[in-house]
Amino acid sequence: MPELKVEVIPEGTVIDHIPAGKWLKVIEILGLTKPNGGTLLIASNVPSKKLGRKDIVKVEGRYLSEEEVNKIALIAPNATVNIVKDYKIAEKFKVSIPDEIVGILRCPNPNCVSNHEYVRPKFHVVSKEPLKLRCHYCERTIEGEEILKNL
Amino acid sequence: MEWKGRDVVSIRDFSKEDIEFVLKVAERLEEELNEKGSLDYARGKILATLFFEPSTRTRLSFESAMHRLGGSVIGFSSASSTSVKKGESLADTIRTVEQYSDVIVIRHPMEGAARLAAEVAEVPVINAGDGSNQHPTQTLLDLYTIKRAFGRIDGLKIGLLGDLKYGRTVHSLAEALAFYDVELYLISPELLRMPKHIVEELKVRGVRVYETTDLEGAIPELDVLYVTRIQRERFPDEEEYLKVKGSYQVNCKLLKNAKETLKVMHPLPRVDEIHPEVDKSEHALYFRQVFSGVPVRMALLGLTLGVL
Repeated sequence: MPELKVEVIPEGTVIDHIPAGKWLKVIEILGLTKPNGGTLLIASNVPSKKLGRKDIVKVEGRYLSEEEVNKIALIAPNATVNIVKDYKIAEKFKVSIPDEIVGILRCPNPNCVSNHEYVRPKFHVVSKEPLKLRCHYCERTIEGEEILKNL
Repeated sequence: MEWKGRDVVSIRDFSKEDIEFVLKVAERLEEELNEKGSLDYARGKILATLFFEPSTRTRLSFESAMHRLGGSVIGFSSASSTSVKKGESLADTIRTVEQYSDVIVIRHPMEGAARLAAEVAEVPVINAGDGSNQHPTQTLLDLYTIKRAFGRIDGLKIGLLGDLKYGRTVHSLAEALAFYDVELYLISPELLRMPKHIVEELKVRGVRVYETTDLEGAIPELDVLYVTRIQRERFPDEEEYLKVKGSYQVNCKLLKNAKETLKVMHPLPRVDEIHPEVDKSEHALYFRQVFSGVPVRMALLGLTLGVL
């Protein structure tokens, strides 16, 4: 049980099955890097049957909503989320790709207005498998590596 | 679909019904205009034309359309004479201009500028070209021209010639034509072929698509030949460009093998891809195409203003 390597939390959210090495990006996207957030417990490079190696992030004292956690779907498409209350798993769900991705990804098109004006970048999901996104502004589509490079 | 207050940003926002409706209104306005000379649907309304990039046809035809509807026009035709030069953001420019006008037409060098303007403005915004992205009113006037010339779009064999890789006009036109029962001949040099994802999308939507480099071979099949400019800067070396340029010139000799009813279209400006000798032939439809810009833009202005 790799989870036991990190302390069990009494209250909060456990995000499991993050691809190894991506935990920092995950906490950045979720806005958990600020010092006034709760305690974070990180396990990185943990052996995993599904992923080979994985990262786990435990957020103490905060319940993340499904909508919030779905923001990490682009970098951790297989992540699972456990909401822990009084040391027990109260709720469990899988991350899923939302229909719109707002504010996480920069448009790779240098001539896109979203790179020049005060505006939150926004993408529409054209296809989930394989993942393909269309910029709301310049309408270019991006997929694969290009998505990850612009997170 | 409620037209009053609607933005016209991308041909992607249009359904087939929307397109047909605009074409029908344009036809009605063209007839009314022929009868009466001028109309007054938009009396008291002001159009602002914001051209951050140069244009001849698009700007003048929007202005002409608004005048023909009885409205008036304010605007600028280059960003250098505005506060943009002082570093004003696009959003602020739009918020300012909408205080002075009832509808905004914008051309901007950045992709997505019209979408952003439409989000910021309360008044309707019409995209007159955003960088290499969209130019929806061009697509609508192209469809209108075809429909006026043939009485239909269904059943036609349409050739798109030239720079199919980068040309925004041909991308939007092909996507709009996919609503109809047409056969598309995509004629271009290898280097400038239509992007794969668009070809795939066309096929999925039921269009019969033929890709070829052979203009001469395709010409006898076609009802419409839509010519676009091949841009020199797209080629890695001058020699390659000159070879391609020569093989894609539409002239009377080439048109000898065409159907008598073939119509040649071009969004203009042209350089030398259509020889001037074609201008006087029955095949030339490109100046009629320019004229179509007025009734189509009248329809869009009138509908979005809610005055028709």
